[in-house]
Amino acid sequence: MTQGRGELQVEGVSKSFGDTPVLREVGMAVGGGEFVTLVGPSGCGKTTLIRIVAGLELADAGRVLLSGQDITALPANRRPVNTVFQDYALFPHLSVFENVAFGLRSRRVPPPEVSRRVAAALELLQLGELARRHPHQLSGGQKQRVALARALVNEPELLLLDEPMSALDAKLRAEVRLELRRLQRELGKAFLLVTHDQDEAMTVSDRIFVMHAGRIEQFGPPAEVYEHPTSRFVAEFLGAANLLRGKATDGGVETALGRLVTRSRPTWQDGTLAIRPERIRIVPQAPAANGVRGRIREAVYCGDHVDLFVEPGPLRIRADPSSPVRVGDEVWLELPPEHLEVLRD
Amino acid sequence: MGEGTLLALGSILWVTLLLVLPLLVMVALAFAQSGAYGEIRWHFTLGNFRRLAGFSVLDGSWSPDTLLILLRSVWVAGVTTLLCVALSYPLAFFIASRSRLTRAVLLGLVIVPFCTNLVVRTLGWRVLLEWAGLYPGPFAVFVGMVTSELPFALLPIYAVVERLDWSLVEAAHDLYASRTRVFLHAILPQTLPGLAAAAILTFIPAMGAFVVPDLLGGAKYWLVGNLIQQQFGVSRNLPFGAAVSLALLVLTLAGLFLLRRHRKEGEP
Repeated sequence: MTQGRGELQVEGVSKSFGDTPVLREVGMAVGGGEFVTLVGPSGCGKTTLIRIVAGLELADAGRVLLSGQDITALPANRRPVNTVFQDYALFPHLSVFENVAFGLRSRRVPPPEVSRRVAAALELLQLGELARRHPHQLSGGQKQRVALARALVNEPELLLLDEPMSALDAKLRAEVRLELRRLQRELGKAFLLVTHDQDEAMTVSDRIFVMHAGRIEQFGPPAEVYEHPTSRFVAEFLGAANLLRGKATDGGVETALGRLVTRSRPTWQDGTLAIRPERIRIVPQAPAANGVRGRIREAVYCGDHVDLFVEPGPLRIRADPSSPVRVGDEVWLELPPEHLEVLRD
Repeated sequence: MGEGTLLALGSILWVTLLLVLPLLVMVALAFAQSGAYGEIRWHFTLGNFRRLAGFSVLDGSWSPDTLLILLRSVWVAGVTTLLCVALSYPLAFFIASRSRLTRAVLLGLVIVPFCTNLVVRTLGWRVLLEWAGLYPGPFAVFVGMVTSELPFALLPIYAVVERLDWSLVEAAHDLYASRTRVFLHAILPQTLPGLAAAAILTFIPAMGAFVVPDLLGGAKYWLVGNLIQQQFGVSRNLPFGAAVSLALLVLTLAGLFLLRRHRKEGEP
């Protein structure tokens, strides 16, 4: 297998802190030029994994390969990888220019080249006018851009981003997401982002790896993972999901809502089905398959949509605000088989 | 008169009573004369300062002894400060890297001698140093000074080391920094406030020390503290003692001023 620049492979990496296992034989990969996100709740091991890739933590077992080279034992200051830290970790006593120049100076790049490359990096992130400021004179968004420039100026084969937006307010975060995505496409570099924010993961990534309790739970393009979750954890962590317990029977699954036809055949006898609230349709009459008669128990207006809670279930449905249904109405619901997922647990 | 002024009046009163007045008395005293039996005679004179500059009261001849004591005091306090800071710096990192319990024990060990009487502790050193053949002399004085000032240097340095932001160290590692660069850019700037506090807290008491040089210097390694103590004690020459105290005050303030200016230059 030929390996491109910036291609990352993590093979069977395990790590414990004391008696607490944090990573259990994790495997994952980032392709060259790909934007990959590790997403999971706090404590799932995602930060430890990115720190192992950065060289700030050593794995107990397993291998880390970058561009085909085994870098498992290489110290952080010799890895062609740079990190944007959670709180940016800018050097407070150095100007923006010197912060960005830091990595180049560490590697004794000749001063004229340092000036040229730092200027280009500052230009790229629209920081030109702030070059002489110090970190304490910058806003959160500006600090974040300095941290990005400081990492990118070194032309790393892989850029690591450890929760880089957690210190920003919601509005700025949305802007930064777009900027980050544009930057990654422009540079064509591999980015590996760590976040606990599922929206962030889905909006910026080519592929996401959902982590849970030290393992990769599921991975794939965001739409695929979101639409076809394979476990309860993924179904509930990414967005909202209706979970239905059931028993496998010929041609369907017997649930509290009746016999339902699913997208794929279950491999279990007893198990769980999942369907996204926005996939349940309110239909005028009984559908051909997977029809459920229910009563609207509650409606929560959310601006761009309405959350309806229906008995039996309760089923959560996401409907258009212009929908004529009212609390107390009896309605027919359709749970389309192509959106009714069979979970493995 | 506003309520604020009224409240401030209390503090102003205290500061005046306890700080400004005694200082004024000391300044006035420095320009007074001493009588044959140690009484103060309020006749204006510059004689105390002439004597401080080395001119004999008896025949006006000049000797460098007093100036030498002043210079030696600055030297001893300066070296003591440097040694204390240099010893405390690695020690602070060592203690901060231990487990919670060990940290508490080690800090306790640093503070315990601090709680024993200075004279007793210094006499203890005298026994040890005499046994090693190092008493009396400048070396013994330095040992005594450094050991008595060490906690003043260690504690402020430890306080900044314990709260060190290690993410800067990781960032420096991530940016290919060598060990020297990591230290210079990620550790040293963060610890500078602690270093400055340690230097000030060591330098000031070291300038005024008299017990240690008295007990370990064998009356041969006098510092300005001893000179002052002698004037207020055995010699009963309060005006001259006040003049020497004034000189000590000026020297200490000059030292602090230099330190501050140096710090300002070092800051961005």
